[in-house]
Amino acid sequence: MRLEYFQMIDRVASLQGEAITVESTIPDASPVFEGHFPGYPLMPGVLLVETMAQASGWLLLKLMDFSRMPFLMGVKEAKFRSFVGPGTAVTVHAERLHDGSGYAVTKARIEAGGKRICDAELTLRIMDFPAPELAAAMKQRGQELGLA
Amino acid sequence: MASSFDRIADIIAENSEVARENILPDSHVINDLGIDSLDFLDIVFAIDKAFGIKVPVEAWTQEVNAGTAPAEQYFVMKNLAARIDELVAAKGG
Repeated sequence: MRLEYFQMIDRVASLQGEAITVESTIPDASPVFEGHFPGYPLMPGVLLVETMAQASGWLLLKLMDFSRMPFLMGVKEAKFRSFVGPGTAVTVHAERLHDGSGYAVTKARIEAGGKRICDAELTLRIMDFPAPELAAAMKQRGQELGLA
Repeated sequence: MASSFDRIADIIAENSEVARENILPDSHVINDLGIDSLDFLDIVFAIDKAFGIKVPVEAWTQEVNAGTAPAEQYFVMKNLAARIDELVAAKGG
């Protein structure tokens, strides 16, 4: 993970049907941990949501063959069950629950050492790429992840 | 079984702050009920699940924006219910 660049996913472990499993390691050090929290560094819950959203996003991008862009628009039933800190390797699972017209709904969860860290149901709006640079950047990162 | 209108009105009431009794056949979902785009997608998701269909919101929106269809055709409650009935019939339901 590169928290400051919002690059939350390190690699894709598997992609089967409408589900993806990705892996990532929370960095040992980041300015984020200087504030969250002094003397007790924790991965912020909002960044765990972002991590689940990105896993969902990569899944949807792959399912759409990188033709359109998913944007996070709703988070439901988010539960943060365990603290997770610097240096922790996490596994993120996401599956598409529903393929709607211009949107998709996913269910995602993060685990570490076999323990559930958090889970949520996410709604993503599916749009045409608003900028060619974004389409190119997503495709390039998708290639690095073995998806594109 | 309840009519499509009643089922859709129930879904809207459950997924927004609009009181069920204020949802009438001639209510415009956006102009009269004040449903915003985020709530509307939640409602569409619930309709998709309840009726086993895929409401073509993108196509409807494009038609309205292009001026090839009046918004009332899709977004007034009684017409929305009729469109849902058509989608259900088209899938053989």
